[in-house]
Amino acid sequence: MRAAAALSPDLARARAAIGAVTDPEIPVLTLDDLGVIRGIRQDDEGRIEVTITPTYSGCPAMAAMALDLESALVAAGFADARIRTALSPAWTTDWMTEAGREKLRAYGIAPPERATRRALFGEETKPACPHCGSHATAKVSEFGSTACKSLWRCETCLEPFDAFKCI
Amino acid sequence: MAGKTNEGNNDLVTYTLRLADTALVLGHRLSQWSSYGPTIEEDIALSNLALDLIGQARLLYDYAGAVENKGRDEDALAYLRDEHAYLNLLMAEQPNGDFAVTMVRQFLYAAFMHPYMEALMRSKDETLAAIAAKAEKELTYHLRHAGEWVVRLGDGTEESHARAQAALDDLAIFVGEFFVTDVLEDAMIAADIAPDPATIRSRFEATVDRVLGEATLSRPVFAAHHLGGKAGRHTEYLGPMLAEMQVLHRAHPGAVW
Repeated sequence: MRAAAALSPDLARARAAIGAVTDPEIPVLTLDDLGVIRGIRQDDEGRIEVTITPTYSGCPAMAAMALDLESALVAAGFADARIRTALSPAWTTDWMTEAGREKLRAYGIAPPERATRRALFGEETKPACPHCGSHATAKVSEFGSTACKSLWRCETCLEPFDAFKCI
Repeated sequence: MAGKTNEGNNDLVTYTLRLADTALVLGHRLSQWSSYGPTIEEDIALSNLALDLIGQARLLYDYAGAVENKGRDEDALAYLRDEHAYLNLLMAEQPNGDFAVTMVRQFLYAAFMHPYMEALMRSKDETLAAIAAKAEKELTYHLRHAGEWVVRLGDGTEESHARAQAALDDLAIFVGEFFVTDVLEDAMIAADIAPDPATIRSRFEATVDRVLGEATLSRPVFAAHHLGGKAGRHTEYLGPMLAEMQVLHRAHPGAVW
């Protein structure tokens, strides 16, 4: 969510409240960093409505994200705020902020490369090791601890690490 | 919202349920591997694929329920319909068998469904197009994962090759159904809501030939012998699977945890 033109004081306060909400599974990232917050508005009756988009169709964290956003808004005094889910346009890791990518790396997770369309057995870009920066890395499994990550191993420092998948 | 303008469009409800049921049934089959995977990584991978498919099914059920507008939500559609009300492809309900059967089934499904979803992204129905855009991204890596396994099994040991070939020969009879449409689906195709599966047949076959070639497996005939899933006529395997899947919800309606 980028800064917009003049916000009403309510909207500015609501936006600040949700800006601090973090991902339930990767707590160093805010939902803003992740790019799942697609908009915030206030209707004529003053109700706040936040639009989010799911990362993966079956991501179990989506319900927790909606609940955490709602709780943050209630705590900021918006008891009747609503969270709306929009499917289109489909989320892509390209929406992750630069700050988010840096936070991931510092946390030990290789951030997503730019999303590319990869053929069936096409070569994939290897993520750099978030621990030592080496590009000599090998995929252990395309699937990791959460829907959005894959498992890798660094062949230089020998440490295993998670990498954020590109979609 | 598209659901409003299409309200009461029963053909659209049926078409959407077919997609939803196929995703849910296959997703449930994969979830049966949880904690039984051959390695921890593969256990996680199969559960991950299951999660994606069940997630896609939820979005589709949600939409079918909204278009139908009779108060049925995703739970009612998934848990309170009997076997003959399910409209999934027969391929999806086939038992997991050994690991080769599961992977060959997944590969054939993804080789078809990936280009199918890519085509559905151009649907005139905005909600189906949006769901397809999410599913297509996920099916890309489903196809890659299953395809890589088919190559490893086929071009592996004598034992894994024999099992992969047997799985392929057994499941081949359910491939034809992917491409057979009925009056209802033809109407959806004519309305630019559904893609015509005939238009993706060459892509499906190219993917299959490429992977089977690398896997040193021979391609069986894909004849349309076993049909009926889209009309609610199933093989003997769906009923017992649904019984297990639905029992909790039916014993404790509306249970939450």
